[in-house]
Amino acid sequence: MAQVTELIHNYLRHNKKFPHVYCAGCGHGIVLGSLIRSVHGLGYSKDDIVLVAGIGCSGRMAVYVDFNTVHTTHGRALTFATGIKMANPKLKVIVVMGDGDAMAIGGNHLIHAARRNIGLTALVLNNNIYGMTGGQSSPTSPEGTVSATAPFGQLERSFDIVDMAITSGASYVARGTVMHVPMLDGLISDALEKPGFNLVEILTPCHTQYGRKNKFKTVVDMYTWYKTNTMKRELYAQKSPEEQQKLTPIGVFRDEGWPGLETRYAQLRTKLQEQESCQSSAN
Amino acid sequence: MSKKKGQTKVTIYPDWCKGCGICIAFCPAKVFVLGADGKSHVAHEDECVGCGFCELHCPDFAVSVTPRTAIHSAVPSRDVRAEPPAGPCNPDPGPEPLPSPTTPEVEHGNQKA
Ligand SMILES: Cc1ncc(C[n+]2csc(CCOP(=O)(O)OP(=O)(O)O)c2C)c(N)n1
Ligand code: SF4
Ligand code: SF4
Ligand code: SF4
Repeated sequence: MAQVTELIHNYLRHNKKFPHVYCAGCGHGIVLGSLIRSVHGLGYSKDDIVLVAGIGCSGRMAVYVDFNTVHTTHGRALTFATGIKMANPKLKVIVVMGDGDAMAIGGNHLIHAARRNIGLTALVLNNNIYGMTGGQSSPTSPEGTVSATAPFGQLERSFDIVDMAITSGASYVARGTVMHVPMLDGLISDALEKPGFNLVEILTPCHTQYGRKNKFKTVVDMYTWYKTNTMKRELYAQKSPEEQQKLTPIGVFRDEGWPGLETRYAQLRTKLQEQESCQSSAN
Repeated sequence: MSKKKGQTKVTIYPDWCKGCGICIAFCPAKVFVLGADGKSHVAHEDECVGCGFCELHCPDFAVSVTPRTAIHSAVPSRDVRAEPPAGPCNPDPGPEPLPSPTTPEVEHGNQKA
């Protein structure tokens, strides 16, 4: 039996204050555990990994884990990560963002990172709300849900992060939840190994800012909701349209293996160098 | 992982447990109960089937399930945590040594954004 919890403890920065700041039951801690197991399972060294995080409760992951970490500004994690990957393509660059971080202020960066297919692994921790700043609606707050900025219910429609990533050109796109952790470990490990821009949307509960206002008595109720209202996409596909309305499909939605921008850039550079050396030897 | 009962040692680290109730609600063998201190407690260790759910889903890394036959202690001492076992998957020297308990905590990043 793998010593699961001991292994995680080995990757934490024990000079930081624990337990971490996350609220009781916040799924962000589960994502951190899943990420650590995935990195460990694939045999990467801590120094090969760069974790780039935005601002938000999700972004605080960069404080706790003992990889190379960059805690950037709100919405801009992907821009820092793009620079890091282009400068040193050998590094495994993982970008952790909240739904507000990735889809609101950083939405433009997300679609262009996907369009470029830059070799990053983006984890979007979707708790349907701005957790850190007091529970304002985010672009993924479902229509009708109550928040600090929508006390009578959200009037706007929400983004589907998976659809957005696929449309924008990401090479690998998946969705998991913090209630389905063995599957989540698989998705994150998969994403880490694939070339190009990989995005994993992770459904995770924020009871403090979202659940309480939206009829979830306890955080455990939110985990139960993920259990009963999400379904592997293959099974989901067999359901009637009415049943599908109540369900969220999880699994891998795209897996193309397209080479990342950094690889195409390196190929171009080699090609141009060869041309140049041919020309100079001809002269 | 064994599905037989009574082969595991289940440990809660009370300092890290926030009493969220996930392990209590979803453990298939009902091993845990919520204590008066608002934290999870191991009440029926012999019922544990070693499924691993609690370890994978505790958001605070506060529960550990180890085989009873393990040579080393199930509760990682702080020193054990600071020195990861060397192996092909983990060639790192490990985290920095722990500060003395009186060292004020220094956080980087935004405390409040
Ligand atoms: C430029 C800028 N604008 C706004 C903020 C305030 N701010 C901090 S975190 C945040 C949203 C956090 O929500 P999300 O990204 O969903 O992460 P969560 O806290 O839910 O994990 C906002 C608006 C900021 N820090 N910087
Ligand atoms: S406010 Fe929400 S997202 Fe932030 S730590 Fe608490 S539960 Fe998690
Ligand atoms: S899941 Fe973890 S934090 Fe929550 S009650 Fe159980 S041990 Fe405590
Ligand atoms: S491993 Fe954890 S969740 Fe599974 S039976 Fe044992 S105590 Fe319960």
